[in-house]
Amino acid sequence: MNGVHDMGGMHGFGPIEVEDNEPLFHDPWEGRVRAMRATLPGVHSPYGGRFFIESIRPDLYLKSGYYERWLLSFEDALLKKGLLTAEELDEKTRFYRENPDAEVPRGEDTEVASLGATLYPRRARREHDGSGIVPRFGIGDSVKVGNININGHTRLPRYVRGRVGTVAKLYSSQNIQDHVPESEKGPQPVYSVEFEGRELWGDTAESNHVLYIDMWESYLEPASGGLDQ
Amino acid sequence: MSGQHHRETEPYAAIRTKAIESLLIEKGLFTGDAIDAQIQAYEKDIGPMNGAKVVARAWVDSGYRERLLVNGREAISEMGFADTQGAELVVLENTPAVQNVVVCTLCSCYPWSVLGLPPTWYKSFAYRSRVVIEPRKVLKEFGLELDDSVEVRVWDSNSDVRYMILPKRPDGTENMSEDELVELVSRDSMVGVAQAKSPAQVS
Repeated sequence: MNGVHDMGGMHGFGPIEVEDNEPLFHDPWEGRVRAMRATLPGVHSPYGGRFFIESIRPDLYLKSGYYERWLLSFEDALLKKGLLTAEELDEKTRFYRENPDAEVPRGEDTEVASLGATLYPRRARREHDGSGIVPRFGIGDSVKVGNININGHTRLPRYVRGRVGTVAKLYSSQNIQDHVPESEKGPQPVYSVEFEGRELWGDTAESNHVLYIDMWESYLEPASGGLDQ
Repeated sequence: MSGQHHRETEPYAAIRTKAIESLLIEKGLFTGDAIDAQIQAYEKDIGPMNGAKVVARAWVDSGYRERLLVNGREAISEMGFADTQGAELVVLENTPAVQNVVVCTLCSCYPWSVLGLPPTWYKSFAYRSRVVIEPRKVLKEFGLELDDSVEVRVWDSNSDVRYMILPKRPDGTENMSEDELVELVSRDSMVGVAQAKSPAQVS
């Protein structure tokens, strides 16, 4: 989706702030959110946690911290999957606000307690073995990125759309992770495509700079228009 | 969670997290122990020390270096590091002529199996937006000023492939052991925004 998360090339965010000796988590709740999400990865199916993060309203996305976005999106997924209701969540939130010393239950390590991992497992991500898939492009081919605007999850950032690059590497096939029609789902060759800085940023590009990005085959077309027909 | 004495100032996110964890445990989806174990894994099992060992091995063993550059996933498994992300691991070598640097403009993809969880700056809007359009300026902010003759290659990590940088071995380290070399390999040098440290910087 054409959201604010797609920020490659944007101006205005200022200097990069580096924290020396940064802790893994700045507050314990961050680790617990991360761990809960990792324990129930399938809650975010079929498009993954990132789609829920990208679906946060742009103004809220920009003013939330990294793990706040994880929390907002996890909550959204739990509600949409029917694992929690808004009423019980609000009631429990009120309880912990009014009883700040109340402990979170630990639960019993019974078979039931492994329910989440069984019902909401991680989807298989390992690349496809590629059998029967013949890559359309070869290393060194000139390719143009399609002007594709999907109102859903996509791995195609705006800043490379319509740009011309060169195939640098051919990777193992991966399932397309975008919101595409059922008939277009499944594994595709993935290429590392190289772009000259000037192709992306025009005269403002810095000297001697290239960019590489992974492109699923359906993002690409031959650059020279019809030569491969 | 451990007892704290200023709970009345708990942020909303902390309270909300307790509410969610409490409800999911009551429903039997996981236990508090399972969540603790996951956090422990982040704290103890993964981190940039794994990547530093891989880099130091590649510096002293040219056969290992070749294998690492050809198939990162298999090469790190030789060192006992499992690839938990199920993604291809591509290792890119920095040289006097080429500086590779990694970003995930859309989110926060990062090679956990060798570097652990990413630092906040890697996930920041400033880094994600800027390093693809003005990488030299960004690297300069990190203290890395590059001659115009050095090609800067930025890798936007947007698929299941993960990227790690093999930094240049610093000068004056010919007589150092593999274990000593590990100390020179900073996290930032494996993302590509810094060079490995010189022996003088760590002594």
